[in-house]
Amino acid sequence: MIHFILLFSRQGKLRLQKWYTTLPDKEKKKIIREIVQIILSRNQKTSSFVDWKDLKLVYKRYASLYFCCAIEDQDNELLTLEVVHRYVELLDKYFGNVCELDIIFNFEKAYFILDEFIIGGEVQETSKKIAVKAIEDCDMLQETVEEYMNKPAF
Amino acid sequence: MPAVSKGDGMRGLAVFISDIRNCKSKEAEIKRINKELANIRSKFKGDKALDGYSKKKYVCKLLFIFLLGHDIDFGHMEAVNLLSSNRYTEKQIGYLFISVLVNSNSELIRLINNAIKNDLASRNPTFMGLALHCIANVGSREMAEAFAGEIPKILVAGDTMDSVKQSAALCLLRLYRTSPDLVPMGDWTSRVVHLLNDQHLGVVTAATSLITTLAQKNPEEFKTSVSLAVSRLSRIVTSASTDLQDYTYYFVPAPWLSVKLLRLLQCYPPPEDPAVRGRLTECLETILNKAQEPPKSKKVQHSNAKNAVLFEAISLIIHHDSEPNLLVRACNQLGQFLQHRETNLRYLALESMCTLASSEFSHEAVKTHIETVINALKTERDVSVRQRAVDLLYAMCDRSNAQQIVAEMLNYLETADYSIREEIVSYLCFPYFFHSWLWYHKYHLLIRMLHRTSPDLASSEVVSEEPADTVHDADELFHKFVCKNNGVLFENQLLQIGLKSEFRQNLGRMFIFYGNKTSTQFLNFTPTVICSDDLQSSLNLQTKPVDPTVDGGAQVQQVVNIECVSDFMEAPILNIQFRYGGTFQNLSVKLPITLNKFFQPTEMSSQDFFQRWKQLSNPKQEVQNIFKAKHPMDAEITKAKIIGFGSALLEEVDPNPANFVGAGIIHTKTTQIGCLLRLEPNLQAQMYRLTLRTSKEAVSQRLCELLSEQF
Repeated sequence: MIHFILLFSRQGKLRLQKWYTTLPDKEKKKIIREIVQIILSRNQKTSSFVDWKDLKLVYKRYASLYFCCAIEDQDNELLTLEVVHRYVELLDKYFGNVCELDIIFNFEKAYFILDEFIIGGEVQETSKKIAVKAIEDCDMLQETVEEYMNKPAF
Repeated sequence: MPAVSKGDGMRGLAVFISDIRNCKSKEAEIKRINKELANIRSKFKGDKALDGYSKKKYVCKLLFIFLLGHDIDFGHMEAVNLLSSNRYTEKQIGYLFISVLVNSNSELIRLINNAIKNDLASRNPTFMGLALHCIANVGSREMAEAFAGEIPKILVAGDTMDSVKQSAALCLLRLYRTSPDLVPMGDWTSRVVHLLNDQHLGVVTAATSLITTLAQKNPEEFKTSVSLAVSRLSRIVTSASTDLQDYTYYFVPAPWLSVKLLRLLQCYPPPEDPAVRGRLTECLETILNKAQEPPKSKKVQHSNAKNAVLFEAISLIIHHDSEPNLLVRACNQLGQFLQHRETNLRYLALESMCTLASSEFSHEAVKTHIETVINALKTERDVSVRQRAVDLLYAMCDRSNAQQIVAEMLNYLETADYSIREEIVSYLCFPYFFHSWLWYHKYHLLIRMLHRTSPDLASSEVVSEEPADTVHDADELFHKFVCKNNGVLFENQLLQIGLKSEFRQNLGRMFIFYGNKTSTQFLNFTPTVICSDDLQSSLNLQTKPVDPTVDGGAQVQQVVNIECVSDFMEAPILNIQFRYGGTFQNLSVKLPITLNKFFQPTEMSSQDFFQRWKQLSNPKQEVQNIFKAKHPMDAEITKAKIIGFGSALLEEVDPNPANFVGAGIIHTKTTQIGCLLRLEPNLQAQMYRLTLRTSKEAVSQRLCELLSEQF
């Protein structure tokens, strides 16, 4: 299973943190500092995998954001790289040419999209069409209600 | 496109985020945040009841502030209120808040569980999904108690929607991982196995994940899933790319499901039924064949997905270890990857080949790649890849190539990274290396090299601190072993005794290596482990006699199996007698099997630590020692010793940052004893005060004694 997912910029600013195990807040902060440092110090020629404690970090950079997943020893590393890619595809579909700012200003959406895709550290839905539809359906539901509620009274 | 906010746009939130981004300094950011917190606090306390939209906006702002790294101590009630809204996004934000800021207040928990219960019963699949995701995200014991009985029913009910089934399966998986006792096997398990045949591949994927974990602890219950998994896998692997429609990923059919099915099959031995077994073999052959075909796409996503399935298939082949043909093919495929352009593939191939090396069918095939692996050790730029090469060299080593491999490792040691050096040194104390004449010669080369490159490393692990001819202070060497498990226990002109131990819970295993440093045989070589009467009842030691003749320059090994029955204070004695030339040798050393070897670290929060410290306040439970420091008072070394002792090192617990705090549990067959420790250094006086608190006086005494000698 995936233990946690972190998204951070090249300057080390954290944009998303999703934890699939229970840890005290202090511990999470410590882990974040450590991992951001490890990943940012890797150069181009290295592999996408880093041994860390009893887990493995699988990371990939997309434009200005690093996506990092921590998986267990027996999990499939290459497939985890594609988990990251699929998540990026979902964000891209939703926001239309997603960029870091989208994730900053719509952070809660980034979490919702992730939740449609991964639950309890395991991939839930691997069909892009179905996942995207689920997310868009909810938005439409809300928009309709908001629109209805905001109609001027007379 | 930088959309400021999409969907339901909370404008106030976007403005706030903008303000934070525009802050020029940390102080400005904190000021702005405090201003907002005050604003939100007053809105929450205000006379007017807030409408759903505003509540949602403020809760979301609080969430944002928390995720930035600031502590939030209010808003939970409002978030919980949002859960009972009928508006989807309000519920959604409520759930997100409580999943991220988990609160252990029992009243809140009751309200949350109530809201979840309502959503689960609502029959609205989106609401049910939210509730299930929340349970899976939080996974607390209270939630498991409330819902673990309900969720299997939802999972196997005929009228449950596919998306809800998926969420239910993974939710149940989370609960099982954290509270397995609350998810007993039952009627539902056979229905879950049946989900492997479901039409919806998303449901099959989720069910496979669930079954894989459950099957590890309950293999009998789920063994019928094997043949279903094989059929499913076979259908996927042989399908055309148009068959699976949206489950095809960059021309690879259902890679996630394929990998999960292959993982599930790794929970079981090779299928007994010859038809199933045959089908699986065919399947694996197909996967191996496809790897040789030209790629359908140049995109890295295609090759990653394809190779992900390939590596998992190889993993299964290795796990079964029963089809020589498949094993050799797997080895050849990995051999190809060893020289691939892509670093990731070389890394994974080295790692995979390591496991392959221990199979008798493929060990020889693996050895044929020795030159490539040695080359990797020398030329790979990524230290993690070099690490894998070291592991593989060790795994493929046997009598036929030990000399070559040791030579390469020693060469590499000269320029190796610090992190790898320690690994190589500990590998080098293994039998193959010691058995040959090589040991005796290279051993001295090793000491010289290590002294030259890394003096502190030379004093740990295998090699001795001083030239081989002196006799060491017995007590000093004994105490050295309290915080570490490997190294030289004793040495004189004739004999060297090395140890390598591993401990787990209340059990342990110790390898004792006796090396004859002379060129004359030792005769009637008899090492005996002796325990006093008292010790015998607390510590169970089993060992076999060794070969009574030890050739000159040779090494023999003795295994001691250890079981800690109850806490013990003394150490066993190792007595060695043998004839050398015309003389009779008789020596005894204390064997460093100490109570702290069964000490397992326990992480805990500051709150928990002080609560337990208070609980152990009976004067009999505390033992204190004030003593002069024997070694330089280096904080990093002290921390390492505490961890080596077996304790967890708890940061930021003691209000004085210079103090060290630890916690752990001593595991014995009869009981487990919780232990807390506090070490206070006084740099000026070069002294320490060590305090141990455990529920048993004798344990506090012994641990305090042992640990005091370390500093």
